[in-house]
Amino acid sequence: MIQFQNLRKVYIMGDEQVAALDGVSLSIARGEHLAVIGPSGSGKSSLRNILGGLDRPTSGTYRFEGEDVGAFDDDGLAAFRGRRIGFVFQSFQLLPRLSALQNVELPMVYAGVAPAERRERAAGLLDRVGLASRTGHRPTQLSGGQQQRVAIARALANSPDLLLADEPTGALDTHTGQEVLALFRQLNADGLTLVIVTHDQEVAAQADRRVSFRDGRIIEDERSAPA
Amino acid sequence: MRFVELVRFASSAIVAHPMRSVLTSLGVVIGVAAVVIMTSIGLGAQQRVTASISSLGSNLIIVTPNFQRGGGFVSQGAGAGVTLTDGDAEAIARQVDGVAAVAPQVRGQAQLIAEGANWSTRVEGVTPDYLIARDLTVDAGRMFDDREARQGRKVAVIGRTVARQLWGDADPVGQRVRVRSVPFEVVGVLGSKGQSAFGQDQDDVVIAPLAAVRSRITGRRFRGDVVQQIYVKAGSEDDLDRVQEDVGVLIRERHRIKPGDDDDFQTQNMASILQASQAAIATFTILLAAVAAVSLLVGGVGIMNIMLVAVTERTREIGLRMAVGARRSDILIQFALESVALSLVGGLIGLILGVLGAIGVAKLGSWPAAVPPWAGPLSLGFSMLVGLVFGAYPSWRAARLDPIEALRRE
Repeated sequence: MIQFQNLRKVYIMGDEQVAALDGVSLSIARGEHLAVIGPSGSGKSSLRNILGGLDRPTSGTYRFEGEDVGAFDDDGLAAFRGRRIGFVFQSFQLLPRLSALQNVELPMVYAGVAPAERRERAAGLLDRVGLASRTGHRPTQLSGGQQQRVAIARALANSPDLLLADEPTGALDTHTGQEVLALFRQLNADGLTLVIVTHDQEVAAQADRRVSFRDGRIIEDERSAPA
Repeated sequence: MRFVELVRFASSAIVAHPMRSVLTSLGVVIGVAAVVIMTSIGLGAQQRVTASISSLGSNLIIVTPNFQRGGGFVSQGAGAGVTLTDGDAEAIARQVDGVAAVAPQVRGQAQLIAEGANWSTRVEGVTPDYLIARDLTVDAGRMFDDREARQGRKVAVIGRTVARQLWGDADPVGQRVRVRSVPFEVVGVLGSKGQSAFGQDQDDVVIAPLAAVRSRITGRRFRGDVVQQIYVKAGSEDDLDRVQEDVGVLIRERHRIKPGDDDDFQTQNMASILQASQAAIATFTILLAAVAAVSLLVGGVGIMNIMLVAVTERTREIGLRMAVGARRSDILIQFALESVALSLVGGLIGLILGVLGAIGVAKLGSWPAAVPPWAGPLSLGFSMLVGLVFGAYPSWRAARLDPIEALRRE
């Protein structure tokens, strides 16, 4: 589904060029459960940004279902992010003024889904992540684990091809983190392609495939047999 | 449909900080209110001046002696400026085409006494055509006729105020009144014209035949056939300029003024006086409104300031919206709408306050104020423009944000 071909991302810091990604080639198949691991500065965040359509590579190609994402213009990338990708962030990134339901509706608003259908789908997704009774709550009225579930429901709103999670358990305690990872495994079992970016080996250990980064290069790509 | 959603986002952001939103739009509120009040006062003044000048009579030309004849001469003494005569008036009536009425006039101030009551008022010596020239009417009784005028009979037509002061509610027609000790018979009462723009009571007047008033009441200056001014009413508005010119030529001829010499009289056309004063008031109004509009601009700067704060505060929100599929144009429109809405609500409140203020000024200050009908659409349109212009830069900043940077912001 996803092909990276000799991907480079170069930042200019003063008069020095820093290669955050230095020739990365990677393929991800539909239905994979993949962890991107590496210490900070290894290039995994740059990979997340390009993979999620938040940024463009300096050189190399990024094909998603055969489409050249690197060639999309700003509006094209916005549509790509909205419909193909579901983001889950470490700090949840819920809008504090909106209810859980409205937060889940947000991607559908930008995708042009009609209000009635939007509400119905959002309610269904909150039910799926176990928050059917919390639809009217504001983020501040929810626990961290509940907020992350709302964020996951939001990521699923437009039925994306890829769920892209960045340190999804980083702000949660161990127990709640495990619950969230269990939810991810269940979504993956239902057929969703899942990429988790993390520096946490325990989180990575739950994935079927681990791609390790260091200094902008892939140093290891290992698969474990399904547990 | 997407636009409707963006309107909803923008309005919910405004409602989220009610106090801040009110304070932000306060500048626009004050600006719009000031513009509305200023233009209302200007229009009121214009209406009042128009009414008072046209109350003199329509299509009217006033011929007066020119007191400043020639340069370098020392004061020419009492009566030196009095150059118009009955003959001039008769000549205008006879020789100028398209004249509806010619009315020579002398006037003076005199004490009136009737049955013990007394009242000081303006006494005008005129001909019966004066009614036509000045668009006056007689409410009760009658106007004196040509024969009475020629003979200089002691008959008078009085204004409403004079009637009330001397006889109260009683009918003054047929009563006797002593004008500076000369007994007159009241034959009629003039229709009320009310107050002029300059606060003068136009009903505080007595009119009587020219010959009866001349010299006895107005003093020695107006002996013989001298008149103070001549009212000339043109038959139609189209004739006005030509009649004015013909009158000028005729009187120059009669007064034997050589080409190149200054006139010893002047003609004033009421329509041009009206035009000139309206133009002056319009200029004044525009000036006032422009000063008031400056506060509207200051209000716009206030909106820009708060919108820049909002963009900084909501950087993460902007990043998140972009991550879930918002285009840069969606962000731009959302913030522009927010700014326009703040300004528009301010404009609406300002319009209401401005109209109330104009009504208050009219009531309390006895100053005329009329809210122009275009005040509503104009002030709302203008505040929308202010919102757009001053919201443009903050909205552009919001739309240019890098989603990665924006999401990273804590």
